[in-house]
Amino acid sequence: MMPTKNFDQRRYAQLFKQMCRIRAFERAAINAKNEGLVLGAIHPSIGQEAAAVGVCENLNKDDILLSTHRGHGHTLSKGADPSAMMLELLGKEGGNCAGKGGSMHIADFSVGMLGANGVVGANINIAVGAAHAIKLKGENKIVVCIFGDGAINRGPFLEGLNWAKVYNLPILFICEDNGYSATTHTKETTAGGGPVVRAQSLGIKAETFDGNDIITVDQAAQDYIERVKKSGPHLLHFLTYRLEGHTSTDPAAYRPDGEADGKWSNDPIARCRNLLVEDGVSAEQLDKFDNEATAEMTRVYKIARDASFPPALDAYKDVQDIGNPQTEAF
Amino acid sequence: MKQMTYLEAGREGLAEMMREDTSVWALGEDLGRGGVFGQYHGLQTEFGKDRIADTPISESCILGSAVGAAMMGTRPVVEMRFSDFALCAVDELVNQAAKARYMFGGQTRVPMVVREPSGLWRSSAAQHSQSLEAWYAHIPGLVVVMPSTPADNRTLLMESIRCDDPVVYLEHKSLWDFEGPVDDGAEILPIGKARVARPGKDVTIVSWSAMFHTSMEAAEGLAAKGVDAEVIDLRTLWPWDKKTVFESVCKTGHLIVVHEAVQVGGFGAEIAASVTENVFSDLKSAPLRIGAPRIPISYAPTMEDEVRITAEQIIEKTLNRVGK
Ligand SMILES: Cc1ncc(C[n+]2csc(CCOP(=O)(O)OP(=O)(O)O)c2C)c(N)n1
Repeated sequence: MMPTKNFDQRRYAQLFKQMCRIRAFERAAINAKNEGLVLGAIHPSIGQEAAAVGVCENLNKDDILLSTHRGHGHTLSKGADPSAMMLELLGKEGGNCAGKGGSMHIADFSVGMLGANGVVGANINIAVGAAHAIKLKGENKIVVCIFGDGAINRGPFLEGLNWAKVYNLPILFICEDNGYSATTHTKETTAGGGPVVRAQSLGIKAETFDGNDIITVDQAAQDYIERVKKSGPHLLHFLTYRLEGHTSTDPAAYRPDGEADGKWSNDPIARCRNLLVEDGVSAEQLDKFDNEATAEMTRVYKIARDASFPPALDAYKDVQDIGNPQTEAF
Repeated sequence: MKQMTYLEAGREGLAEMMREDTSVWALGEDLGRGGVFGQYHGLQTEFGKDRIADTPISESCILGSAVGAAMMGTRPVVEMRFSDFALCAVDELVNQAAKARYMFGGQTRVPMVVREPSGLWRSSAAQHSQSLEAWYAHIPGLVVVMPSTPADNRTLLMESIRCDDPVVYLEHKSLWDFEGPVDDGAEILPIGKARVARPGKDVTIVSWSAMFHTSMEAAEGLAAKGVDAEVIDLRTLWPWDKKTVFESVCKTGHLIVVHEAVQVGGFGAEIAASVTENVFSDLKSAPLRIGAPRIPISYAPTMEDEVRITAEQIIEKTLNRVGK
């Protein structure tokens, strides 16, 4: 999309900054992984930042978000503290999940982020339940549930969407479609027209958008969030591309040669940058945003690197109240 | 005699069965690219997309459709990727696969193998590290197999595919790179037969899967302290080789069971109880279980280590038990 007359430069500069922060966070996390500081797997969202930012910037702090294994961008955009997140990725004290979850289970309930998930599609029914509770309590907020294109072939996609429609729940489903389910082209294992027509068949309004264009994502999100508030569940399908491997250590050799190289020109951050330049923002200014993001995440990385691991006995905390393993584990 | 990794041996076993029997096929996510750990590498090239089938992320359908295909006389090998994801298909396994033969009065069989890579592996936290073998051992109708060596990962997989019952086949993720001999000519121990891996006279240590290797390491440490441990690799949990275990305990008088799974309600309890019930008078001490505390598995290494059983722990607890 070209900048239009009423292009809101300040807004898109802000969204640009947020995307740069996600990219910088994940670059720092990948470095930490390569240095052996992140022990478990990480699933970077490099190339998919627009959906995270464009959606979350339109949410209130008390709106609820559920994410996937590829959840750093969503969590940061919802307002989570990046140092607590990096501490979590390194399994350190002070991590959002007390070092118990790591990247795949990142969560920050203080900003309404109810968790990434290690089980594909498992977040959908939980999100529906969260929306159900909002309705029961008569609260004025919504749930956003993000999942990948692969998740639509699991049962919860049908069960959760059906439930949401039956109870007319305040939930926005977002399918972030990067074309791949791990190493498999999702198309090869998916019948029919995909998430939009499946949602429509349940009476849920749904549309496909370019998920790498920040303006499109931002406007679609605004529009759909309003619709959810008025009339219950909706679904947005954002087309995007994961520019790197499924995990940070996946060389993605299953991709046709040159496929990813060709997609870098469609990188949402580069595209947003072009829009801002065309609208008169100087390259220096944009570099400054980018450098600030890198500096922030370098600080965050250092904090996490220098922190200590949680005490071993914390492993016994937060299991359950009754039959608590702190008194009886065997 | 060939040297192979545990992973390669499993792949070899599957390939051999697929060459031998055209009704054998495999299904699961990403199999065409070799599967998530490479256990299927090259197999789609050899056997084609029908027999090494790529599936959507649809665990309940993967397992459920295999039940139907097995009832129709094919032999599906179901890849569940991580044992934790098999929990998305518990109904299909426990209510359907395990019960069909019985419920339908013997009219059908469900000859399928459900491969479930399990156990602790590289800081994978609570949803990618579990050892749930005791659950399956509890379910009538299921066979439960837990290979610990490359040789066993080949032959037990082949035996499991030949078996007409549904088999839950739990490979340990930390063993993929473990190398060992895969001897085409060696005697093949059937499902249900344990292996006395290290004969000894002072104490019996029963274990399986990755913990078998830790137990062997502990046995060396115990030997240095003058305790001669007999180490039994149980290999299969259902059926399990009571005879071999009882004979060993009658000889040594002491039983230690070591498993990575949570100790509470674990399969060690079954073995300890059976030994107590059957050869009580030969026991010189109460059977001892060594398993994980009843807590979920943490991400951070300090806390993850709380569920990890080490050779040192086994040595210490064994020495206490045998009074040395
Ligand atoms: C129930 C379940 N099955 C399989 C997996 C293994 N797995 C992790 S991510 C992934 C691919 C998911 O694809 P998609 O939903 O499109 O999300 P993406 O990774 O592309 O962000 C798979 C199969 C899992 N975590 N959970």
